[in-house]
Amino acid sequence: MRVLIPGISGGIARKLALRLKHAGHEVAGVDVRPWETAREEGIEVFRGDVRKRAAEDVFRRWRPDAVVHMATVTAFTVPGAERGRINLDGTKAVFDHCATHGVKQLLFVGRHTFYGAAPDSPLYHSEDEPPRALEAIPELADLVASDLYAATALWRLPSVTTAVLRLPYTLGEPGTGTLATFLKGRRVPLVLGYDPLFHVLQEADVVSALHLALEKQLRGIFNVAGPPPIPLSVIVRETGRTAVPLPAPVLTFLMGRAGLPRLSTGALDHLRFPIVVDNRRFLEATGFEYKHSVADTLRIYREAAPVPVSSGLL
Amino acid sequence: MALSDGLDARVDRLALPFNEYGVDPYGISRKHVRDALRVFALIYRYYFRVKCHGIQHIPEKGRGMLVGNHSGGVAVDGAMVLTSTMLEMDPPRLAQGMVERFLHKFPVSSLWASRTGQFTGLPEHAKRLLEDDRLLMIFPEGARGTAKLFPDRYSLVDFGTGFIRLALQTRSPIIPFAFLGGGSAIPTVFNAYALGKLLGVPYIPLTPYLLPVPLPVQLEIHYGEPLVFHGTGDEEDHVIEGYVAKVKERIAGLIERGRAERQHRGLSRKLLP
Repeated sequence: MRVLIPGISGGIARKLALRLKHAGHEVAGVDVRPWETAREEGIEVFRGDVRKRAAEDVFRRWRPDAVVHMATVTAFTVPGAERGRINLDGTKAVFDHCATHGVKQLLFVGRHTFYGAAPDSPLYHSEDEPPRALEAIPELADLVASDLYAATALWRLPSVTTAVLRLPYTLGEPGTGTLATFLKGRRVPLVLGYDPLFHVLQEADVVSALHLALEKQLRGIFNVAGPPPIPLSVIVRETGRTAVPLPAPVLTFLMGRAGLPRLSTGALDHLRFPIVVDNRRFLEATGFEYKHSVADTLRIYREAAPVPVSSGLL
Repeated sequence: MALSDGLDARVDRLALPFNEYGVDPYGISRKHVRDALRVFALIYRYYFRVKCHGIQHIPEKGRGMLVGNHSGGVAVDGAMVLTSTMLEMDPPRLAQGMVERFLHKFPVSSLWASRTGQFTGLPEHAKRLLEDDRLLMIFPEGARGTAKLFPDRYSLVDFGTGFIRLALQTRSPIIPFAFLGGGSAIPTVFNAYALGKLLGVPYIPLTPYLLPVPLPVQLEIHYGEPLVFHGTGDEEDHVIEGYVAKVKERIAGLIERGRAERQHRGLSRKLLP
């Protein structure tokens, strides 16, 4: 099978590309970021933006059978307007090209933050729920919109077998992603009086889940999760960091200062309330079994991203 | 053996799937349950001197719904029912309450409610927990039940109907219970709704001594025989309402029986509910 991965230079996308290559598939990718050693692995990377004309040429000439769309970014790493353009326009471009150029299978890799963190939402979110992320965190609007747009392909593009996967926070080496970035410092801020549950999935398990989704030719919307969720304070402790619980107003003021990571005000809700997903539908469809326990996952991150010697005032 | 040693052993005997960090898939923490029980057990045994009857009616394992009356302006009833299943049952079980939404909005209360398995009263929570063979604690009177004033302390306000549909859908037995004494422990003379709105809660119960601090009144919990209804949960409203009436009637009967037994024992001369 010929698999094209938009966003291939990201940490997990690279691992997926290598896994697929070793499994005997032909793999290529599109990314504005370089992956210098890809050619040595037998993987072709086309440098460019998925929204630009050159990307469509890749679809036209390379003729992928399947596409894994990983060229979206999270709310907290890229400024709002640019993130919106990447997530929405990029997703539309990928889906348009898939429809035009005879792609048979399409995986959209979304996030479980789609469901939003709120005090009165169910602890376990099922795929049938509407997005509540927008109520508290408008910054997530583009990510939610791209997820919903991807889901419309289920009826809009009947000839393409589409699956929307909502992944939890991932941790691994070299330690990239939203949660890994949040845990980067020596001390990690928590909201005093709260300790939400977090789902963490080791990167290798994420790759296995995506690989399975391709193999099983999933169609529909699926939550993906690994071990049962654990409190954020445990994640902080077991990755060797020191938790610094601060009252919410103080934390709002300090974010991005004093060595603390930058977070949007709305994103503080993710430090107060859990987003836990019900992944039974995915398990039934794929038989997915995670290999890394929470302890393994946190240990791997701790070793890959040791506690820095000094990081600002806190 | 110190009191806490016995309590710790009870928490360790809970049939919950705690992981290596002592946390179950719902976020219930062995440590938090242990700490909460240490405080609640002291209050249960020495402050309220709770008398518990009919604990044998609660199934030792498997799903079940404890359904009872609200008594007292704050959640003394829920806390003591939870403590009773931890202290009086063998093996102990953790009753998981379906609590008011505001509890999870606030710092500390949100954390402790989550870690001790007390979740917002949503059908999704109740259904999932029952399907996981947990023991649910439900007060179908809702916030209106805790708002009862002192003269109405033994009355029952309207019950919601969702719990019956849930029991039918999940084939769960309903264990009715009566909670006696909460209305005297917190003798509410007025509910300050405006003040409550200001603070983000439904209301603040005010007592003759102003604050809703519970008095050391002896409390009683009477569990009744399980009620099992058969159906799918899709029945017409009048059928469901009939089942609700039966549960309500059973709880009212338990309250009356409890009061009668109490008078018979001559407790009326003491601090009485």
